[in-house]
Amino acid sequence: MRKSMVVVEGSYAVAHAVKVCKPHVISAYPITPQTHIVEDLSQFAADGEMNCEYMNVESEFSAISALIGASAAGARTYTSTTSQGLALMHEALFNASGMRLPIVMTVVNRALSAPINIWNDQQDSISQRDTGWIQLYAEDVQESADMTPQLFKLSEDPDVLLPSMACMDGFILSHVYEPVILLEQGLTDEFLPTYSPEFMLDTKNPMSFGAFADPSTYTEFRYKQEKAMGEALRKIEEIANEFKDIYGRYYGGLIDGYALDDAEIVIMAMGSVIGTIKDTIDELRHDGESVGLLKVRSFRPFPADAIRAALKNAKVIVTLDKNISVGKNEGALCTEVKACLHNTDTRVPVIGFMLGHGGRDIPMSMIKKIINKAKLVEKGIFVESEFADLREDLA
Amino acid sequence: MSLLKPGHRGCAGCCDALAGKFVLDALGEDTIVVSPTGCLEVFTTPYPESAWGVPWVHSLFENAAAVASGVEAALKALGRKNNTKIVVIGGDGATMDIGLQAISGAFERGHDFTYICVDNEAYMNTGIQRSSATPLYASTTTSPSGKVSFGNPLNKKNMPAIIAAHGSPYVATASVAYAPDMIKKVKKAAEIKGPTYVHVHAPCCTGWKFEGSKTIEVGRLAVETALWPMYEMENGAVTNVRKLKNRKPVEEYLKVQGRFKHLFTMEGGAEVIKKIQAIADWNVKHFGLE
Repeated sequence: MRKSMVVVEGSYAVAHAVKVCKPHVISAYPITPQTHIVEDLSQFAADGEMNCEYMNVESEFSAISALIGASAAGARTYTSTTSQGLALMHEALFNASGMRLPIVMTVVNRALSAPINIWNDQQDSISQRDTGWIQLYAEDVQESADMTPQLFKLSEDPDVLLPSMACMDGFILSHVYEPVILLEQGLTDEFLPTYSPEFMLDTKNPMSFGAFADPSTYTEFRYKQEKAMGEALRKIEEIANEFKDIYGRYYGGLIDGYALDDAEIVIMAMGSVIGTIKDTIDELRHDGESVGLLKVRSFRPFPADAIRAALKNAKVIVTLDKNISVGKNEGALCTEVKACLHNTDTRVPVIGFMLGHGGRDIPMSMIKKIINKAKLVEKGIFVESEFADLREDLA
Repeated sequence: MSLLKPGHRGCAGCCDALAGKFVLDALGEDTIVVSPTGCLEVFTTPYPESAWGVPWVHSLFENAAAVASGVEAALKALGRKNNTKIVVIGGDGATMDIGLQAISGAFERGHDFTYICVDNEAYMNTGIQRSSATPLYASTTTSPSGKVSFGNPLNKKNMPAIIAAHGSPYVATASVAYAPDMIKKVKKAAEIKGPTYVHVHAPCCTGWKFEGSKTIEVGRLAVETALWPMYEMENGAVTNVRKLKNRKPVEEYLKVQGRFKHLFTMEGGAEVIKKIQAIADWNVKHFGLE
């Protein structure tokens, strides 16, 4: 039977997904464009549809801090934020991961100030790359919602125990109305087991959390975080397949290919721009061009092996980044892809394009322009990395 | 045996260790302790050891009140709150400076927890830098006395008043030098529903520069000179004060501590001491200590 689709806002689909995951504690602070998610969750709480403690706190810093306490006490915990709010959490993000607390957070991707800008790019979550959080990037609204139970399952896995971010592009996904299937409670109960942690703050079995580690013990905490990320790398794929078995939907595990196998030019990207790229590829393939897509779904853990294998036939690799490491003139995906290919036999040019900053639109014509530039590589004409969408009159 | 076990790395004569012990003596086993970063956190939990006989959690320096909020919310959501007491034990810097916003939020939200500020009047864990709890004219490493300075130029922030302004049902001041009184107040604070606060004066032998055997003596002099008024506030009104019979001049408190030594050697020191005496006199009048 075909499941019934409804047209809802992206934020509502995500809030609904959170609800059916039955978190015990939600703690959040409103910030554009995340607000609709927390408003919807507040309404669910007000209507008695969620059996959870919903906390309106005084800052994002306290939102994540409260969840650190709640998670240590054994609760399933959720928050959502974006941009400045995520930056404000920065210190606590390291802490949540170091303490191995499986908090799940939807990051509604938005640009960082200055200049202040409320629109989409991915500088916010990319800038939290090294905090020890799992980061998955969603392509559309359905995937943004579906990631929620997937990440609870992944984060709470005893072999993983790392917090995670479900990253969805601000406005483009959070405020768009799309036909989606709202996650069914019954299927979610089947997919996502009840959270029963082995370690928690319990007066019947006292334990200390967040101890002080000197040089003789600190390194192994870091090592074990990295090892857990390795476990996550394996389980992301496994969980995506389990999700497919129960709900019938699949978006790739770590990565996903589109017209990839025989493609000479391979575009790599993360997030909602994937849809635009797919449409562009459809047109270009129709015209006989050898262009494919490698969608990166998991940025942390970084699926280096899977990417290497997927790129082995590529002649030119193009990375698209909605972020920049200022002073490197490169986006993070570009840097990471180049690094992961360095010690391999794949010796093909990787050219990086930065675009879509602060919500600047990425039309299909832009993707075509980039592909045309990639074609010039054969003639030896290329720059390693550049802004693709600069306004000549302002640059 | 105390629920704060021996073997921790506190200094001999440490006020934090006394405070931690008294809090657990007051509250017992059914207690979860949240510690911000600070001396108490560091010297009780050098991994893989822990001195805590109750569940204990430390996250960061400025977020203990938010962490405690989350612990309380989780226990409620999981149906495990029952009579479990949630208590923050934090230093003056974590409480009055960097953690003030999180505390304000937690008290506004009305979580059922008790916040204990163990006030040793400077950042002792990092080496005696001034905080907003440092008293007027104390010399610290970032407010040193010098040729043109008598030390810290600012008055101590009135933290109990700030908490009382949040509508807390119970705010008290106490001192590690008066253990039975402190234990009574901590117990009372934890038994009252809602967010409650006990501000504990805690002489630090290392930071204030006196012998480790004199912690209690110095603490008592602060109370006996009226520089540390001891009172209880219920729903915003002062309901109880510790009266002073033979109030001592502030010099008796100041002269036993290295951090005030310069006031007795520098030209103009006597005038400055008068300003400190005026603070004690104000306390006497304001709280009706005599």
